[in-house]
Amino acid sequence: MHLFFQELINGLVVGSLYALVALGLALVYGTMGIPNFAHGHLYMLGAYVAFFGVTVAHIGYWPALLLAVAVLAALGVLLERVVFRPLRSAPEVNAIIAAVGVLFFLQTLAQIWFGADFRVLPTPYDHVVHLGGFVATQQQLVVIAAAAVLMVLLFLFLKRTLVGATIEAVAQNRAGAALVGIDTDRVSMLVFGISAGLAAAAATLIASISLISPTMGFSVILKAFAVIVLGGMGSIPGAIVGAFILAFAESFGGTYVSTSYQDVIAFAVLAIILAVKPTGLFAKGT
Amino acid sequence: MRRLLWTAVAAVALALPLLLGNSFYLHILAGAYITAIAVYGLNVILGWTGLLNLGHAAFFGIGAYGVALLETRLGWSFWPALAAGCLAAMLLGFAVGLIGLRTRGNYFAIFTAAIGVMIATVFTNWQDLTGGNIGIVNIAPPSIGPYALDNDVAKYYLVVAALALAILICTLVRRSLVGRTFLAIADNESLARATGIDVARTKLVAFVLSTFLAGFAGGIFAMYQGNLDPGSSGLDITFEQLLYLVIGGIGTLAGPLLGTLVLVAVSELLQGIQQYRFLIFGPLLVLLVIFFPRGIVGVFDRLVAPKLRGRPVGPVGDAEAALR
Repeated sequence: MHLFFQELINGLVVGSLYALVALGLALVYGTMGIPNFAHGHLYMLGAYVAFFGVTVAHIGYWPALLLAVAVLAALGVLLERVVFRPLRSAPEVNAIIAAVGVLFFLQTLAQIWFGADFRVLPTPYDHVVHLGGFVATQQQLVVIAAAAVLMVLLFLFLKRTLVGATIEAVAQNRAGAALVGIDTDRVSMLVFGISAGLAAAAATLIASISLISPTMGFSVILKAFAVIVLGGMGSIPGAIVGAFILAFAESFGGTYVSTSYQDVIAFAVLAIILAVKPTGLFAKGT
Repeated sequence: MRRLLWTAVAAVALALPLLLGNSFYLHILAGAYITAIAVYGLNVILGWTGLLNLGHAAFFGIGAYGVALLETRLGWSFWPALAAGCLAAMLLGFAVGLIGLRTRGNYFAIFTAAIGVMIATVFTNWQDLTGGNIGIVNIAPPSIGPYALDNDVAKYYLVVAALALAILICTLVRRSLVGRTFLAIADNESLARATGIDVARTKLVAFVLSTFLAGFAGGIFAMYQGNLDPGSSGLDITFEQLLYLVIGGIGTLAGPLLGTLVLVAVSELLQGIQQYRFLIFGPLLVLLVIFFPRGIVGVFDRLVAPKLRGRPVGPVGDAEAALR
């Protein structure tokens, strides 16, 4: 039973991480149809910005998180403008190829600047909390709480503000949105900014629990794709539900089945879903 | 003109061992040729039918592990092991294609990425069979009759022959009716279907051919190296092969070889800063896909060839180039 609770906490932490990363991926896919394979590397860069914010600039934990979000949001906007906008009318695979180019660049940049060493982001929340019989670190609870707050804020932004409504409009029908006077180019940049910002927030939160390295983006991006396929490409609630399903499958599967094949669970889930339903679960129309 | 060019390339490839005393360069070249075979496979599926297989390197791994395991565990000789490795890659390609090709566009790329990572994970984690990260060593060299091909030059010629075979297969398929249906699908899937092409079956044929070439390259790789580890099968290797293809020219016959040779050569020239080469190659990939989606060969066809022969520039010229 003790082990069960421990895995429950782990599942919630990992699920929060997957949800934040996958939300960004789903937003971009939903509004622009771009599977951004470089998303995991934006996440990686976010972790480094926060790391240097805390250890070199000494600006403190939360300001470092905000700095990472701001820097990566700016980079996301830049990517949309420079890389993905010129490819909007090109065949679908061209955007994937361009994303692979961005990914190569970012990973090499990180290797040059930061070296291949693994790092851990220092956190002020390093105490252990006892919650009636089982234990969690403060940082684990911070991850869960912060992710929940971010998800609620994103939801309110999309559903309750005019700017959020324009994003939804572009996602539903790009040409229609343009016809009613929405600046779709600006919406695209905004979406990329939010997407990269969310990835940076996720990376900063988890960087005190797992390790930072230039290749940390690779495993996360594939998990995030598994999540959004599970949740229906481009669906926001689907991404959140999918993230927690995958995280629990991994943490319990890792404990009770096999740790060396823990990482395969995500890809097996993804392959099975696409085999059964080629358009993904909960897909909006076809 | 083209036939002359290919003959010249073949002559140079055959003469190089006599000119290069240094076996280091021969080794680099043979590695590039093997990669080029795999890139030809990627070209069949991406260039000719417009589908991106992000698990391509895993099929390379199937062929490579097929050869390595059959030789070291069961004592098979190289040739039947190579045939079995290719067959395994094709059978897996058939199964993955049967399921995966029901998805479209981006889903196919994500689906195959997942399959590829799963296969690579099995290579790494099934330690009793594959030796895990250490891999398999002492894969015996092949022999033709009584002659063992156990030196670098003999192996080099075997690799050249394999590459020539791969290019020949691609050329023949490209000129056949099947090859033209591939192009019809890449160009306009609905129109192709309307003209009576069985789109699902044609895509499956293309995919199996592409996985055959990947498995074939893998088998040759295991033979040439004499050892094998899971690093040859990862997603990053597929990305690298994609880079070679895009730079050489997607959908062209010379592109895979040209892109691989140019980038391997540039990588060698950048000695010392070699690990940083993707700082240049990454943005280059982005620029090419935006401005020159058909790579070096596309640039040549668009800018140089018309001046040589007075062909029209633009879509007409491109379509003609695609059918040559």
